[in-house]
Amino acid sequence: MTAPHPIGRADEEQLIELVRTLRRNVIDTLWHAQAGHPGGSLSAVEILAALFFKVMRVDPADPLWEQRDRFVLSKGHASTAYYVTLQQRGFFPYEVLATYDELDSCLQAHPDCHTPGVDMPSGSLGQGLSAALGMALGARLRGFDSRAFVLLGDGELQEGQIWEAAMAAPKFRLGNLTAIVDNNKVQLTGHIADVMPIEPLADKWRAFNWNVLEVDGHSVPAIVAACEQAATLPETPTVIIAHTVKGKGVSFMEDTHKWHSAVVTDELRQKALAELDAAEVTT
Amino acid sequence: MSRLAAQRDTFADALVRLGTQNDRVLVLDADLASSSKLNLFADAHPDRFFQMGIAEQNMVGTAAGLASMGFVPFVNTFAAFASKRVTDQLRICCAQPGLPVKVIAAYSGLLAGKTGKTHQSVQDIAIMRAMPNMTVVAPGDAVEAAKLCFAAADYPGPIYLRLTRDPAPVVFDESYDFRIGKAVVVREGTDVTIVTTGLMLGRAVEAAETLAAEGISAHILHVATLKPLDEEAIVAAAQKTGLVVTAEEHTILGGLGGAVAETLGEHLPTLMTRVGIKDTFGESAPNDALLEKYGLTPAHIARAARRLLGSRARVAKAKELL
Repeated sequence: MTAPHPIGRADEEQLIELVRTLRRNVIDTLWHAQAGHPGGSLSAVEILAALFFKVMRVDPADPLWEQRDRFVLSKGHASTAYYVTLQQRGFFPYEVLATYDELDSCLQAHPDCHTPGVDMPSGSLGQGLSAALGMALGARLRGFDSRAFVLLGDGELQEGQIWEAAMAAPKFRLGNLTAIVDNNKVQLTGHIADVMPIEPLADKWRAFNWNVLEVDGHSVPAIVAACEQAATLPETPTVIIAHTVKGKGVSFMEDTHKWHSAVVTDELRQKALAELDAAEVTT
Repeated sequence: MSRLAAQRDTFADALVRLGTQNDRVLVLDADLASSSKLNLFADAHPDRFFQMGIAEQNMVGTAAGLASMGFVPFVNTFAAFASKRVTDQLRICCAQPGLPVKVIAAYSGLLAGKTGKTHQSVQDIAIMRAMPNMTVVAPGDAVEAAKLCFAAADYPGPIYLRLTRDPAPVVFDESYDFRIGKAVVVREGTDVTIVTTGLMLGRAVEAAETLAAEGISAHILHVATLKPLDEEAIVAAAQKTGLVVTAEEHTILGGLGGAVAETLGEHLPTLMTRVGIKDTFGESAPNDALLEKYGLTPAHIARAARRLLGSRARVAKAKELL
C-alpha cells in the first residue's frame, strides 16, 4: 500500500498527487477487503477531494467541533472513497484503512458514526439529503455559519424521499445546504437510462426551486468554484450536478455496472495500480 | 377513577410547557398537528415548529439532522405511519447513531377516530421493540402521557411515544413518580396478576374491581415502558400470584404479551394468557364496538383471569389424582 502522507488544505500540485493517491488507496482498500464498491467510489474521488481539502471547514484534530461544516455521504456504498479521503485529511492513521470491513473496525462497509469525520450513517439509499437538510436548518437555528454538504448518487435519485427533501429545502430557504450529485450514469444492474431514467435531471431540480449548477465532476477547481458560487446565495439551496465516469481512472472499471460491486483480485489490483501510476492526471 | 382525559390533550399541553423550559425542543409535523393538538405548540413557539408536509420520511431524516446539531426534535405523525412508513429512516438515521429524535406516535391502537385498519396501529410495539437503541413507551393514561413528555426530552436516544386519541379513565394522580424503564404496581393482589400497557391499564383496573366483587384478588403491574423492559418487576409480579394475564391494545404477537412471555420463559415459567388483538387487522367502527369485537374490554380481561384460575385449579386437581 502507498505510504501515508496526510496533508492539510492542499495546493494545486499537491491535489494532483492527492487524487492519484486517493484512487490508489481505494483500489488497495477494496483489494484488501476482497469486497466493496469500486465504480461509485472512483467516480467520487475529485468531489470528495474538493470538499475535504478545499471547501469544507473541518478539523481532523477535533472531529466533533460544533461549528464545523457537515457532510453526509448519501451514496453510502462509496464508503471507501470517503474513508481514504478522511485518512488523507488526517482524521485517522493510514493503518486503519486495512481494517475496512473487519470485525470491530470503525470502517464499516457503509458509513457509521463510529468513524472520526462521519456525521451521519448511510447505506440505505435516499436518506442523506433529508439529514443534511436538518443539519443546515440546525446550523441556522444555532446561529452557526456552518454549511451542510451531501453527496448523492444519481441512481439513488430514484428514491422518493430525495424529492420530499428537494421540496422542503427551498421552503426553509436553506442557502447553506449544497447537494452534489455524482452523476456517473450507471447503477447496480445497468445504465440509469435503461434501469429507470432520471433525466431531465437539471430541469427536475430547477422545478423544485433549487439553484442548479453543472460541472465536470473530475475537475477539482470546477467543483470548488461551484461550491463557492453556491455560498453566494443565502436563501437558495444549490445542487451541483457533477458529470463523472463510473470507475474513473481504471480503464476496465469505467462506465460499466459490472464494477459497481465486485472483487478486486491480485492481478486486477496490479493492473489498476499500474494504470493509475501511469496516468497523466490533471485537476 | 371516574375522571376521563385524553392523552393528546395533556401531551400537547406538556409539550408547550416543555418548549418554554427548553429552547432546544423542536416540533416537526407531517400535516397532522391539528389532530394531535400540536397546533398549540405552533402557536406558542412558532420559530421552533416546522411543518414538513405529508412527507414522513423526509421529516424523520430532517429531525435526525437537527438532533445531530444539538436539538431535541419531536416528530409528529400517526402511529400507523411512524412505525411502518418510516421504519427505515428511524433505523438508519436515528437508532443506529442513537440520536434523540422523539417520535410522537399519535392515534395508536384500534381507537383511531373511526378511520379503520389503514390508520389503526396494532403492530407498532412489536416492530419498534425489535429495533436496537429504540425506547418504546405506551402511557396508561393522560397523566402518565404528560409526565412522559418531560421525561422523554431528558432521556438519551430515540423514543417511540405510543399515544392515544380519545378520552380514557385517569388512573394516576399528579404525585405519581413516572420513570422511563420502570414498571409500577397499580393494585396489590394475591390471586392473579394483570400486566398492562397503554390504555389497557384503565380497563384492567375496572376488571380488577369486577373480580374483587367475585372474591378474586387481582394484582396489576403497569408496564408503560416496553423497552427497556423492567424484567425484575415482571418476574416479581408473576411470582406474587403464579398466574399472569397480559393486556394490550395491540396484536398478541411480539408486543407486551410476547415480551412478558420471553421474560417469564427464561426466568420464571408461569401459566399465562394474552389479551390483545388476534393477528388480524381492525376496521372502522365506533370505539365501544371495536373494543368488544376485538376482545379488549374489562370483561375480556376478567374472563381471561377467571379462565387462568380455572386452569390452575384443574392442574392442581389432576396432580392430586396422580
